[in-house]
Amino acid sequence: MAGVHVTTTINSDPVEYVCPADESLMDVLRDRLGLMGVKEGCGTGDCGACSITLDGQLVCSCLVLGAEAEGRAITTVEGMADGQNLHPLQEQFINNAALQCGICTPGFLIAAKALLDENSDPTETEIRYALAGNLCRCTGYDKIVKAVQAAAKDLRK
Amino acid sequence: MNDPKYTGQEFKVIGSRVKRPDGIDKVTGRARYGADMNAPGQLVALMLRSPHAHARIKKIDISKAEKLPGVKAVITAADLPDLTEGNAGLFDTLENSMARDRALYDGHAVAGVAAIDKSTAKKALKLIKVTYEKLPHVTDVDDALEDDAPIIQPRYATEGQHGNLINKGEFGQGDIDQGFAEADVIVERSYKTGQTHQGYIEPHACLASVSPDGTGELWVTTQGHYSYRNTCAQLLGMDIAKLKVTSSEIGGGFGGKTHVWMEPIALALSRKANRPVKMVMSREEVFKASGPTCSTSMEIKIGAKKDGTIVAARAECRYMNGAFPGMWGTLGGMTAFACYSIPNNKAIGVNVLCNRPKVAAYRAPSAPMMAFGVESTIDQLSKELGIDPVELRLKNVAREGTQAPYGPVWGPIGIEPTLEAVRDHPHMKAKLGKNQGRGVACGFWFNIGGQTCSDLNIGPDGTVNLTVGTIDVGGARASLAMIAAEELGITYEDVKVNIGDTSSLGHNDTTEGSRGTFSSGMAAIFAARKAVDVLKERAAKMWQIPVESVIWEDGSARANGKEHSNLSPLTLKDIAKKAGSTGGPIAGHHEATAEGAGVSFASHIVDVEVDPETGKTQILRYTVVQDAGKAIHPDYVEGQFQGAAAQGIGWALNEEYIYGKDGRLQNSGFLDYRIPVCSDLPSIDTKILEIPNPGHPYGIRGVGETSIVPPLGAIGNAVSNAVGVRMYEVPMSPPRILKALDEAGV
Amino acid sequence: MRYESPTTTKEAVALLAQEKGQAYVLAGGTDLLVRLRLDTIEPDLMVDIKRIPAMTEIKKTATGFKIGAAISGATLGKNKALLKAWPGVVEATNLIGSDQVQGRCTMAGNLCNASPAADSVPAMIAAGAKAIIVGKKKRTVAVEKIIIGPGQTILEKGEMIEAISLPAAVKNSADAYLRFIPRTEMDIAVVGVAISLKLKRGVIESARVALGAVAPTPLLVKEAAKAIIGTKLDDEALDALAAACSSACNPIDDKRGTIEYRRRVAGVLAKRTAKIAYERAGGK
Repeated sequence: MAGVHVTTTINSDPVEYVCPADESLMDVLRDRLGLMGVKEGCGTGDCGACSITLDGQLVCSCLVLGAEAEGRAITTVEGMADGQNLHPLQEQFINNAALQCGICTPGFLIAAKALLDENSDPTETEIRYALAGNLCRCTGYDKIVKAVQAAAKDLRK
Repeated sequence: MNDPKYTGQEFKVIGSRVKRPDGIDKVTGRARYGADMNAPGQLVALMLRSPHAHARIKKIDISKAEKLPGVKAVITAADLPDLTEGNAGLFDTLENSMARDRALYDGHAVAGVAAIDKSTAKKALKLIKVTYEKLPHVTDVDDALEDDAPIIQPRYATEGQHGNLINKGEFGQGDIDQGFAEADVIVERSYKTGQTHQGYIEPHACLASVSPDGTGELWVTTQGHYSYRNTCAQLLGMDIAKLKVTSSEIGGGFGGKTHVWMEPIALALSRKANRPVKMVMSREEVFKASGPTCSTSMEIKIGAKKDGTIVAARAECRYMNGAFPGMWGTLGGMTAFACYSIPNNKAIGVNVLCNRPKVAAYRAPSAPMMAFGVESTIDQLSKELGIDPVELRLKNVAREGTQAPYGPVWGPIGIEPTLEAVRDHPHMKAKLGKNQGRGVACGFWFNIGGQTCSDLNIGPDGTVNLTVGTIDVGGARASLAMIAAEELGITYEDVKVNIGDTSSLGHNDTTEGSRGTFSSGMAAIFAARKAVDVLKERAAKMWQIPVESVIWEDGSARANGKEHSNLSPLTLKDIAKKAGSTGGPIAGHHEATAEGAGVSFASHIVDVEVDPETGKTQILRYTVVQDAGKAIHPDYVEGQFQGAAAQGIGWALNEEYIYGKDGRLQNSGFLDYRIPVCSDLPSIDTKILEIPNPGHPYGIRGVGETSIVPPLGAIGNAVSNAVGVRMYEVPMSPPRILKALDEAGV
Repeated sequence: MRYESPTTTKEAVALLAQEKGQAYVLAGGTDLLVRLRLDTIEPDLMVDIKRIPAMTEIKKTATGFKIGAAISGATLGKNKALLKAWPGVVEATNLIGSDQVQGRCTMAGNLCNASPAADSVPAMIAAGAKAIIVGKKKRTVAVEKIIIGPGQTILEKGEMIEAISLPAAVKNSADAYLRFIPRTEMDIAVVGVAISLKLKRGVIESARVALGAVAPTPLLVKEAAKAIIGTKLDDEALDALAAACSSACNPIDDKRGTIEYRRRVAGVLAKRTAKIAYERAGGK
């Protein structure tokens, strides 16, 4: 199988890779580029653990082909912090104990950031529906919602 | 150890809400889970699985797969040791990892392949030709006990009873016949619960590497790397000391990562290929071929006097163990009436085999099902008696001094305080609208202690490494660092907790039975106390006074007595700095089988709204009250309560394994298995009670499991109060509720 | 497998026509890539249409709207004119999957996947949407005629949908879509009901009722429309609507619901959907 050559931008860095045409972007990010913060929970778009943004749009990277990333801009959890400064969502997830095992956390952070980028003051219901594509089995979501609310408040300051 | 001076203690660090030490790694994507490790020259392994619920494996032809370029090893049961004559448990474990003569359930592994990449491995799987002879199958626990049911495991069949009935666990007190004869009101009902999965988001994953010299390494997501080591080594004929198992960060377990599944096969493939082998289950494989919990079917009978005194109770529950025997019914029998003081009671848990995957533990395993039956029946009894359901429970509640149905006499326990807290909770006064109802239920779960080994080392700058052998699923490292800091009198930030691999510490039992923080916490305390003994000796040496004159207070050695008033205290850091010249590194160790595990109780309140036209139930409010003994880190205690309640809610409303007539699992994905999503749940309120466990120096009880027990019964009771129908089957899915409404003519 | 991302419809059609093996159109990929992952398809070619400008725009035309085949649910949901004209179509499409899925899924893809339970399809049918099909020649086909069985469409080899066209909104008309799922999000519809209607002085002058997940294909139920045409959606009309919907169902028992349940809930949802559409159209 001939590989597809892709030139793209990941977390603001220029990146090139070659991948088989049928390889998912999730597999490319994890296995070819070592971005292990992209987690695989299902591979079928049902759990949100592999969430990234593609040209600013929240997507599951398991439902995107690596080949599709040509010329696009990708953000993963590895690109959220600004140097040593954590993003307010990252801070508040820690402060609010919004993670237990932590496997779903990168996906939640990316999805929550996509929400807050669009809506700086979401209601609890809006947060809950916006995050419905991210499964967490540890927390019952309570502290995740509170962390997003706290981060939204920080970001509005 | 049963020293009352440890109750009602004042703490400096315990009880505060510090930041967890692995937080930054986990919010930046740096934390490494099972599938996040790679090794040079690594191969990718995949498993071929049976498409049949029950079939004889007549022949497996791997010749074409082996010849495919890029394939480095193919394994079937023929390549694995034959344990037929050996230990039954090991035999079962190996046979579950790879089918030998028969495939016993849909998804049972029949061959494994290791190849240079995933697509090659996939192609190889397609080249393996398995000749099956389909056999009759049975997947329902009641059907499995019918006369014409196929016998799943003839080697476990006992004469005089059904071949699929493995054994019964029977517990109780008094004379139930006499008890029921004395009762004024008796309620007897049958219930069923569906099979559910733990639903951890991280699939099973490992990286195995075995060398021809008999040494090996395994990186794996597990709740017990020592038990994985011991099992894998025994299955593959390796020396235990030569297999090093490292536990990765774990993406949830809830009991499902307490047993090996494909790990022995990954090791065997690595040994055959002489290359590292990475194996990661797909989500479909996780559902089909890891270890969900039991489905059940039961009869519950409870009798009471007119004044509400429960005089007799009987429970008989059949637990579907999957294709291999377990002790699930036995555990269920022990828990049935543990919340109550009933003079005459009997609970029987029956272990039954079916053509489904081997059952594993799932958070307070076996208790939620029995509690669904018992708590539903108690509410029906309360209606017949005209007594408030909370008051009825309080009237019959177990207290200190009550003998538990399974034997021990309770010490101080938390069931009565949780029920009182429920009764007095503002939630109980919240207004309910049309088609809304409130339900309450109680739950019990054991804690266990088990083998524990820890190592506390003080560095030259006075910071501390605590190495433990229990894994951290949800913040245990924070709690253990707090305990060490508390005991040494230093700050939380000065303690770094590491999870040791199997070569760095002695054996540690698996993190299950809510034992992780309890037992490693206890080991941390005693290791710290031993380190303090050493610190005192070193201070004595530095001061050149007898060690008897040195006391340890607030993180410093102090010289006792007027004659030493000129000696200013030496801090831990002062002493650590001089360790090289006073006798070398300062450390404390503790190895023991932890005793003194407490028991745990919870009472829950839930409000629901049922749409009478569609049968859909929405959770409106939820409150968890649970006894934590002593909450080390309240945030993570609350998190355990909330997470357990959420799993119970999913179990109650939608989650279940759905098998077709062909015996195949129809919903082996998150899409149709339907665990609760964020918008399904309200905020889950929690109330932590602290009734100290006298068996632990700080009064700690395990907190992780109990709150999955009450939700099924609480929601059943709430649905009944909302729309007037009693649900006898879990999940209470919309079609079931609508059918019940129809039948009741509501 | 080969991956191609042409920039014109012509190129895309040529690629599909020339491929001797299994060729698939990749729009949002939220169904296609799942099937790829689960090994239920083995494509030789995937033609990504997201770089074709004509397929990535929503055009307001003289006769209504033309929605490019690669328009995602998220983009659709942000189009105010469309939301005003066809709220039912937009909300149906926006119900598909999570926000992540919304970032990719398309109406055309939902249609071509041909699941009986597709959310946007009943809404498109009720709205009188048409699919603009390109291939050897261009043809325009009513959406209700596209799906002929689970996973099967009338599209021939070398054909693909370029856009979905929706009529212009008419005064005093509206549409709505409701589905039943066991959870609040993320499930596949157990029953879906879409209704569009037009009022004249509060009386329903015309209506289209479509059902999803209750038969091998989404259904346009004329009897159900008849039940409410000429009424002010009184209780009698609602009961007749529910009865017509229930009896039009030809469902199966499966992991998502029973035959009996689907029939019942189709009637229940039809009433609720009709009320929303009626109110949106200005009825009281």
